[in-house]
Amino acid sequence: MSLLTSPQPADAEPAAAPFLDVRDLRVHFPTEDGIVKSVDGVSFTLEKGSTLGIVGESGSGKSVTSLALLGLHKGTRAQVSGEIRLEGRELVSLPEHDMRALRGRTVSMIFQDPLSALHPYFTVGAQIAEGYRVHHRVSKKEARDRAVEMLKRVGIPQPERRARDYPHQFSGGMRQRAMIAMALVCDPELLIADEPTTALDVTVQAQILDLIRDLQEEFGSAVVLITHDLGVVADIADDILVMYGGRRIEYGTVHDVLKEPQHPYTWGLLESMPQITGDVERRLNPIAGSPPSLINPPGGCAFHPRCTYKGWVPGGRCATDRPELVPVPGTGRHLAACHLTSETRTEIRGRTAAGAAQ
Amino acid sequence: MLRYLIRRLLAAAAILLVITVITFVIFFALPSDPALLACGKTCSPSRLAEIKHSLGLDQSFLTQFWEFFKGLFAGRDFGDQSVRVHCGTPCLGISFQTDTPVLSTLLGDFPADLSLGLGAAVFFLILGVGLGTLAAVRRGRAADKAAVGLALLGVSVQIYFVGLLLLYLFVDKWQILPASGYTPLTQDPGAWFQGLILPWATLVIVYLALYTRLTRSSMLEVFAEDYMRTARAKGLSAVKVVLKHGLRAAITPIITIFGMDVGSLIGGSAVITESVFGINGIGKLAVDSVQNSDLPVILGTTLFAATFVVLANVVVDVVYGLVDPRVRLA
Repeated sequence: MSLLTSPQPADAEPAAAPFLDVRDLRVHFPTEDGIVKSVDGVSFTLEKGSTLGIVGESGSGKSVTSLALLGLHKGTRAQVSGEIRLEGRELVSLPEHDMRALRGRTVSMIFQDPLSALHPYFTVGAQIAEGYRVHHRVSKKEARDRAVEMLKRVGIPQPERRARDYPHQFSGGMRQRAMIAMALVCDPELLIADEPTTALDVTVQAQILDLIRDLQEEFGSAVVLITHDLGVVADIADDILVMYGGRRIEYGTVHDVLKEPQHPYTWGLLESMPQITGDVERRLNPIAGSPPSLINPPGGCAFHPRCTYKGWVPGGRCATDRPELVPVPGTGRHLAACHLTSETRTEIRGRTAAGAAQ
Repeated sequence: MLRYLIRRLLAAAAILLVITVITFVIFFALPSDPALLACGKTCSPSRLAEIKHSLGLDQSFLTQFWEFFKGLFAGRDFGDQSVRVHCGTPCLGISFQTDTPVLSTLLGDFPADLSLGLGAAVFFLILGVGLGTLAAVRRGRAADKAAVGLALLGVSVQIYFVGLLLLYLFVDKWQILPASGYTPLTQDPGAWFQGLILPWATLVIVYLALYTRLTRSSMLEVFAEDYMRTARAKGLSAVKVVLKHGLRAAITPIITIFGMDVGSLIGGSAVITESVFGINGIGKLAVDSVQNSDLPVILGTTLFAATFVVLANVVVDVVYGLVDPRVRLA
């Protein structure tokens, strides 16, 4: 089987068709220097009312995945393959015209930097109302009232007044709330939040996450939350997908992945987090090396050049064989793509825990 | 907003003052002597002195300037004992050549430039922005290359060449249009329009390039902005995204340039066009006045044109503030 095109095996078939079912999604960008494989075989499922956190470094392919969910690569030079099934409807092959009917209505997105994501020349109320009028035949006044109502729902004080303000007149947290209001104005069933808190300070971050969680409970939507911040994921996600080099490397519930991580990259991520308890003098523990080239990804496991444990795998397989995402023994849905055996991993984790305890 | 406007208008007045001074200085640095020109072939020293006196040229530079400046606000009296001419506020002087008040001459020639300038401006703005948007949307493809190439061609040819070529083709050879020239709109709208088609076309061909390229690059910059992606993510159609979200944001630098171009065009900067098509506008007046060393007319045309450009600048800044809410003026 060719290394470059071997499809990732489909995960264990779920009992009923999931709300969102992504299978072997690949997004490749042809460039002068070669084909950039931003997303190279990603699969996951999501149910309504649940939150999936997609975690990874810059360049891991998380944002490109989210844009594919909205069909925003259509009409660009990107080559998208695989399947995205939303309530049974396949989106990758859906023509742009039909996809447009879904955007903003069934699937909606919150972008990272609300100051640049909102149009500077239109009032916030007008932009939210526009999002509503695209999908509903209502008068301007009705759309405006809806916009004010949404602003109120996301906790913006004096919503009638603020609806007439421009984005640059809002503070960062308020702007992000306005962005959330705009994303939710048509009651979408799937909400994608692309690093919604990265541009905000920590206290505001907590408020925004609470807001997303509350709104999810209220609307019953499925949420895909993209972030590089494990703290955020731990806070509101139900499942985690860890991405690296455009591929999945670990996938499972938040509890499984964060409490019992099975991949050296995930170990590295957790170890590199600063601890609020403990010695102030203690140095941070980053993962050595830098993200891989997506034009010329490393052979075998994408992470192996940076992996401290590849010596533990006999025969140097890490450099030659791309690991499949396989279930961790003893769990139902926890998957990891690593050549280390489960016993070896337990041993390594035991040693590291012992080492850290000293 | 009001305070801003007042400040800008005061600054505009200051600029006009400086322009007046500079024009005066340049004129006095010129070698030719208007009194000599007015005197003619049979000139005697006493006649020359008489003319000099009647034109006020025997006074010092400062006195002449001061007289002119006063005249702007209070009117002036000209002439010697036998003939006295009163020139009302604002008095821009009396032509050395024709003895008529400069202001009335300017106002008489102004409608031609107004028609010529505004008409051409409307066309080159619409065409330029349209072509530029098309080029930006179809970037890298045939339409883009064609639009940019066409525009480049337009800016490379000279007005006198294009003008004469058009005249030859449309008036002489194919005889589709009558001779070009300016007929007042109120007098005969049909003739007004027909006489201006070719001059408009000439100006459009030349200005189109600038607006096509400007719109194209401005649009391309805007396309890279995040809010365009947000607009698509909301489910807006491509047309709405490009026109409502894209063009609206891209239009601001275009407005700035357009305002200034219109200001200078109606102030009489289309000199060559006027000359090629036989339109008696302010541009022609200005060139003639320099050749005749007719200081009052030189001053008048310079100030007239400058006023429009400076005012256009103020208008453009105000409009910018209306379009871009981040730039709201204190």
